[in-house]
Amino acid sequence: MTVEANTSAIAIVSERSSVIRPIFEWLARRAEPVVISFGAILIGLALFSLFILVIGKSPATLFQLMYTGGFGSWFSIQNSLSRAAPLLLTALCVALPARLGLVIIGGEGAVVLGGVAAAAAAAPFVGTLPALLLLALMAVVAMIIGGIWIGFAGFLRHYRGVNETISSLLLAYIAIALMNQLVEGPLRDPASLNKPSTAPLPAQDMLGKIPGMDVHWGLAIGVVACIVSWVLIEITSYGFAARIAGGNVRAAQIQGLPVGRLIVGFTAIAGSFAGLAGMIEVAAVQGSANASLAAGYGYTGILVAFLARHNPLAIIPVAILLGGIDASGGLIQRRMGLPDATVLVLQGTLFVVILFCETFYGRFKIFNPDLWKRRS
Amino acid sequence: MTKLLPMNRRHFLQASAAGALALTPGLLPGRALAESALTVGFIYVGPKDDYGYNQAHAEGAAALKAVSGVTIVEEENVPETVDVQKTMESMINLDGATLIFPTSFGYFDPHMLAMAAKYPDIQFRHCGGLWQEGKNPMNTGSYFGYIFQGQYLNGVAAGYASKSKKIGFVAAKPIPQVLQNINAFLLGARSVDPSITCQVIFTGEWSLAVKEAEATNALIDQGADVITCHVDSPKVVVETAAGRGAFVCGYHANQSPLAPEKYLTGAEWAWGNVYTDFVKKAQAGEKLGNFVRGGLKDGFVKMSPLGPAVPAEGRTKFDATLAEMTAGKFSVFKGPIKDNKGNVVVTDNKSYAEDAIELESMAYLVEGVVGSTA
Repeated sequence: MTVEANTSAIAIVSERSSVIRPIFEWLARRAEPVVISFGAILIGLALFSLFILVIGKSPATLFQLMYTGGFGSWFSIQNSLSRAAPLLLTALCVALPARLGLVIIGGEGAVVLGGVAAAAAAAPFVGTLPALLLLALMAVVAMIIGGIWIGFAGFLRHYRGVNETISSLLLAYIAIALMNQLVEGPLRDPASLNKPSTAPLPAQDMLGKIPGMDVHWGLAIGVVACIVSWVLIEITSYGFAARIAGGNVRAAQIQGLPVGRLIVGFTAIAGSFAGLAGMIEVAAVQGSANASLAAGYGYTGILVAFLARHNPLAIIPVAILLGGIDASGGLIQRRMGLPDATVLVLQGTLFVVILFCETFYGRFKIFNPDLWKRRS
Repeated sequence: MTKLLPMNRRHFLQASAAGALALTPGLLPGRALAESALTVGFIYVGPKDDYGYNQAHAEGAAALKAVSGVTIVEEENVPETVDVQKTMESMINLDGATLIFPTSFGYFDPHMLAMAAKYPDIQFRHCGGLWQEGKNPMNTGSYFGYIFQGQYLNGVAAGYASKSKKIGFVAAKPIPQVLQNINAFLLGARSVDPSITCQVIFTGEWSLAVKEAEATNALIDQGADVITCHVDSPKVVVETAAGRGAFVCGYHANQSPLAPEKYLTGAEWAWGNVYTDFVKKAQAGEKLGNFVRGGLKDGFVKMSPLGPAVPAEGRTKFDATLAEMTAGKFSVFKGPIKDNKGNVVVTDNKSYAEDAIELESMAYLVEGVVGSTA
């Protein structure tokens, strides 16, 4: 057994190194993604500073404002968290299929349809069901609709050979058109004259704020969803099978893994998270479904998932970081007179640099655990 | 030689020094607090230079620079989500704004109402007609203008410029405000020549450049030779139409720089007047109006200067109608008016003033408009 073999090996070397070496070995393994990610962020910020200098502004002022606006006070932190909440779920819609080797970019479609489905499902029961049951019903319906929508892209991929990136994007356009049609037609509240919307949810049935915070429950739901997804991917046998299928479909098929069911299942779970994000937008923020649901959360989720390298746990800090950048964007506009696009330039720079730094994995010897093992 | 970068070593050093100073707490200049000092926040849903809805508001905000003691804070491209709520809060908490103008229609419910409940000492005024007495709090309010009067005048100019007797309208959504504008545009044109028809295409979105260009081309392909629109940014429509040789009537802001030869006139907002009035009242400690609206008469709406393509006869009629409207003596919607399905919508002896409540729920297209609301 390896463990016993290691113990006997350690017994030979000196006391000190026997304690430290396994720690270094463990650290080397874990430090690589952290160091490379943070290094990439630093390089990105440096490049962005150059850009700010070129347009004649001070990067120092800008970074100070970003800190003030994003994380400098309790108000700013809550501002960032509020903006991060929907991104947690929409990032999962990209990250889960990515572990199967699929690039799904149409989460926006599941968000808007989930929102509309939640509003439509709630309408007949408002006033008869207690708030908690009503919200549960909305969540379940939104998740089913979102799951079907993205699951369909997975189905097309496996059974019809349709590229899932294109199909999910096209499905998102269809979803937005469908949402407009429904909200302006059969589901329209006649009182919503100049902004067609579904009937508003009464205040007592809305999803409230987390106690002690000015952030709605969507944040907590998103964090739980990320943890559950991490367990699903990293701990369960389904996740293991999915990762194998993501690594090599042929190998997975030869092993007898149900690749088709895995693809449809994981895309459906991913879509149900995006649908849930739509339901939360309706139940916690908008109060009704309308065109404001298509706010781009589905697309920002792609950025979050890629920056988190499709690790569900890493999505949490990345979403909060992006929420903070977003929150500080307003302050940068107001105090420095920079256009709104400044923040987009920063996000784009970070995205490209982080993707570029992916190529550094395995290039630095210091992160090689073998280096820290006892030389024989 | 043109200088590529607007940055030299001196600027670089200055910027770096300023940055270093800014990083040192306590050295930042504090916010100057004069007695009548007032910080006003403006929030736009799109870019400030869109030649349209948002530019009209930004020009109104810029007019406040003439008022002493006023600090303006502005934010553009703010979506109608929790983002706008947090932007309002950020303006209140970090900039000290006490009067906020969230200018997009979708900011009202639930976003502005939520913030108004949370910050009862801050005044919020929203562009649109949604505020209702008894239902909405008194620290909120609405302001809006009867811009369909301007679209009627656009129609008058179009009536004289059109050779094909077909005019076109690129519209965002079939909602009352837009339908008022389409109908007024045709009624204005028909006041010149009753045989004129107007084709309308709805794009379905407030800002969708590709569809707006397609719609403009489709209208011109079908013979329309004067085009106007109601979308957030008329830039694409104006440039596409002028590029195809059609005349254009503007909307929201003055688009004549985009097509100086083809631009007939345009229905513009005059928000500078409205904002100056609000801000002067706030500085004097007076109560701000909760439901403020007006048309040409009240200086809420204005017309772009007539372009070179409008014939002399058209100028006379345009000026006469404009004068009547400015005097408050002109009704755009006066019977008999049929809709384009043949139903009578305004009876013979009925005439609506611009502030008539019936116009606010308009759901029809008048006879002569080719198109459908659904």
